[in-house]
Amino acid sequence: MPPEPEQLKNSIGIVETKFFTFAEPPNELKLEGGSKLGPITLAYETYGTLNKHKSNAILIFHTLSMDAHAAGFHKGEKRPGWWEDMIGPGKAFDTNKYFMICANVIGGCKGSTGPSSVNPKTGRPYGSSFPFITIGDMVETQRRLLQHLGIKKILCLAGGSMGGLQALQWAVRYPDDVASVIAIAANMRQTAQQIALHEVMRQAIISDPDWSGGDYYDKKVPARGLALARMMGHITYMSDKSMEEKFGRNLHNKDKFGFDFSQDFKVESYLKYQGESFVQRFDANSYYYISKALDYFDLAPDGNYSKIFSNVKSSFLVIAFTSDWLYPSYQSKDMVKALKANDIDVSYCEVDSDYGHDAFLVEVEGQSHLIEHYLSRIQREVDHGER
Amino acid sequence: MANDNILRVDHKVIVDLIEPKSRVLDLGCGNGDLLAKLKELKSVKGTGIEIDENAIYDCIEKGLTIAQGNIDTSLQDYQTKSFDYVILNESLQQVLKPHEVILESLRVGKKVLVNIPNFCHLEGRLQVFFKGRVPMTKELPFEWYDTPNLRFLSLRDFRRFCEKSSITIERQIPLGYKTIISFLPNLLARSGLYLLRKD
Repeated sequence: MPPEPEQLKNSIGIVETKFFTFAEPPNELKLEGGSKLGPITLAYETYGTLNKHKSNAILIFHTLSMDAHAAGFHKGEKRPGWWEDMIGPGKAFDTNKYFMICANVIGGCKGSTGPSSVNPKTGRPYGSSFPFITIGDMVETQRRLLQHLGIKKILCLAGGSMGGLQALQWAVRYPDDVASVIAIAANMRQTAQQIALHEVMRQAIISDPDWSGGDYYDKKVPARGLALARMMGHITYMSDKSMEEKFGRNLHNKDKFGFDFSQDFKVESYLKYQGESFVQRFDANSYYYISKALDYFDLAPDGNYSKIFSNVKSSFLVIAFTSDWLYPSYQSKDMVKALKANDIDVSYCEVDSDYGHDAFLVEVEGQSHLIEHYLSRIQREVDHGER
Repeated sequence: MANDNILRVDHKVIVDLIEPKSRVLDLGCGNGDLLAKLKELKSVKGTGIEIDENAIYDCIEKGLTIAQGNIDTSLQDYQTKSFDYVILNESLQQVLKPHEVILESLRVGKKVLVNIPNFCHLEGRLQVFFKGRVPMTKELPFEWYDTPNLRFLSLRDFRRFCEKSSITIERQIPLGYKTIISFLPNLLARSGLYLLRKD
């Protein structure tokens, strides 16, 4: 179904996913884990126009389960991109001013090379033979995309959650590339709690007999395992309060407890629905690989977090949310502290929100205000040669 | 003067005092009016610290660099002498540990500008004496039960504090509503602005 006219108001409108293929053998990309991967295809979308000096490019990074489709509508689809509220004409990421880019990460399943892609060497999906990847590998591939687009200096790298980690990794690894970073609900390293939560999700996937050691593409997919993993994920994205407000103890399709094996509560049916619908649009192996990439993420494996930003030149806007317990605000504050210690231009705001980690997608007004004005300043400083 | 369009006398005096292109940290910068003026008129490289979320939005809108945080705990993040000036404009009386905050400010900044409201201004003294009540004035408009102010001091108290802590007062500028007060400042000044350093 096509979008309603009302939906197209203030929207970038109809958009298309594009593809960029590189690292053709024998020039495969060497991954952090030691393996080589190639050819690599990245699915990406762009919105807005690159200016003459190529100085208005903003790269948006997506989260674990999202994709390159950040804004606008695919032809015939009623559902807009995942950050439609923030990207478009007159919005925080104003497509009248900026050239926006968003690419699907490697390891993903939305057009970029991942475990479900066909390995040209065998003619069959990679499955369990797909090499393990890192946040740094995601950065390397997207850097190739930017080179392909002829962009040497990026106005801003922006992302929430896993997207924020990519932005940070990039700014640390290639300090000369980047004028500014917007890191939302992110941190400098994944914590034991986050790894533990991912591990429960991964165990849910691999304990599904249909997972078949990761090579299930010509058979039944591990739907139950992936649905369980996603249910777990959803719990971590919400807060105690937002769940209480959304579901409370309300029952689902019944007036009294069943006292049987059926679902009683609304929250149960919500999670079940989220899990089941996720299976329709996401690959279990991608979930596994990307969650692993998250776990490997640590900007300073030696523990010296005040040193990692010593070469960084970009300005930072760090945003956290009060009720986010998956990426608690103290982790953003630690980041701000490390940035300050290196005399880096850093702004920080802890947005008061009850939506937990989801706030990054829900709290549009506050974030829009911060991002819109922050970007105006950065663009001004870049235009004046100050940054 | 380039800053004739500044309405607040404290802002006017501070803008005058600060050297062009300085690095400035404004602790408790509120909506960022002072930092914005400093940026505009003195081309400073400024950063603000502010606890109130809405004030953060105002500052970002003005194109300022601002980190949400508590004055009491934010200073330790910075390296020694990373600023030319640290400003505490009417915020010192609201911190939990003013002694530590002043000393930390003198560590991270080469100089510190402090503006404190004078709790022993004539108007306040008259209210205490005749009404038998804790003063409420234009600068101190708060009831005792909902005031952000934790410390109540006079200009004389502050000078004594600096003496005891071996802090050098380079300049002291007692301020009234609209002007600098030179006569009987501890009685007639609404606030006192001090430029401090520690050798």
